[in-house]
Amino acid sequence: MTDVAELWSYLSTTPLIWLTTTTLAYLVADGVARRLGQPPWANPVLLSVLLIAPVLWLSNTDYPTYFEGAQFIHFLLGPATVALAVPLWENRETIRTSVAPIVLALLAGSFVAAGSAILLAHAFSLPVEVLLSLAPKSTTAPVALGISEAVGGLPALTAVLVILTGIIGAVTVTPLMNLLRITDWRARGFAVGVAAHGIGTARAFQVNPVAGAYAGIAMALNALLTSLIVPVLVRWLV
Amino acid sequence: MLQTFGLLLGCQLLGEVTVRGAGLPIPGPVLGLAVLVLLLSLMPTLTEQLRPTTTVILANLSFLFVPAGVGVIGNLQVFSDDGLVLLFILTVSTVLSMLAAVGTFIGVRYVIAGRTT
Repeated sequence: MTDVAELWSYLSTTPLIWLTTTTLAYLVADGVARRLGQPPWANPVLLSVLLIAPVLWLSNTDYPTYFEGAQFIHFLLGPATVALAVPLWENRETIRTSVAPIVLALLAGSFVAAGSAILLAHAFSLPVEVLLSLAPKSTTAPVALGISEAVGGLPALTAVLVILTGIIGAVTVTPLMNLLRITDWRARGFAVGVAAHGIGTARAFQVNPVAGAYAGIAMALNALLTSLIVPVLVRWLV
Repeated sequence: MLQTFGLLLGCQLLGEVTVRGAGLPIPGPVLGLAVLVLLLSLMPTLTEQLRPTTTVILANLSFLFVPAGVGVIGNLQVFSDDGLVLLFILTVSTVLSMLAAVGTFIGVRYVIAGRTT
């Protein structure tokens, strides 16, 4: 028994165990999603979290300890964002012919994302700091946290809202677009990239490479636009 | 693969340094993306070399969001009081935003196509 305890006290101080757990959980989640034909509700991020959470709870591990191992995966979000340049460049011809739809859909999606969140928070008379934390929820996490802090929100709450928004967008986009009979992969991808940032973009790449490229463009442009419009919307609507 | 990874990191670093230096309101990696597009426009043959690695990275983009996703579980107490209302707002607002974007995209394309034919 002491051997197991000793082994655990050693393992729990190295990043290896949580790095391995995260990788294995994702492989299982992704394997299950693929086996089922990647239905929208079997979101690999959501499934992985549901697998890892009980392990952390049972082993009495707090998030900072978990993150010491998982940070190596989290760090790769940076180079992965840069990697979006490749599909963007490969789709440059079709992008060149859809500059007007891209710009206007970006404005519409971005204003509605922030504006509707603010108005709904008002309607439910949520506390002001919760409302301010909601406003940047559709943009990529580092930008959203910066905006939240700048307008007086709670960055910790914004972090949760951003991830949930991504999962909600990734889960709802396929049924929504099928219901509306939208077959244009550019439009479908762009919409989920504006509304649900990187997690939406990950779903778009799962479904179609063109949708993925357009989701990537939308996510990158929305990071810029949201940081410009949220402070203005907050002044108008709050 | 390593060359590609080095190039991606280099672009990100250049992006981070520029963003910090100039105080821009965008994340470093997004500017790094723009730097790489510029680089590809100068050296189009680079695309072929990068593609194998970037395809694998982007196909597994979900994996990279798992640590942040687990953070949601750890932070659920910030959510406690208004949890259901917030979930409702997030869902409605996300769907509305997708509808606005997809409607505008298709609508503008339709108008442009109508004008040119």
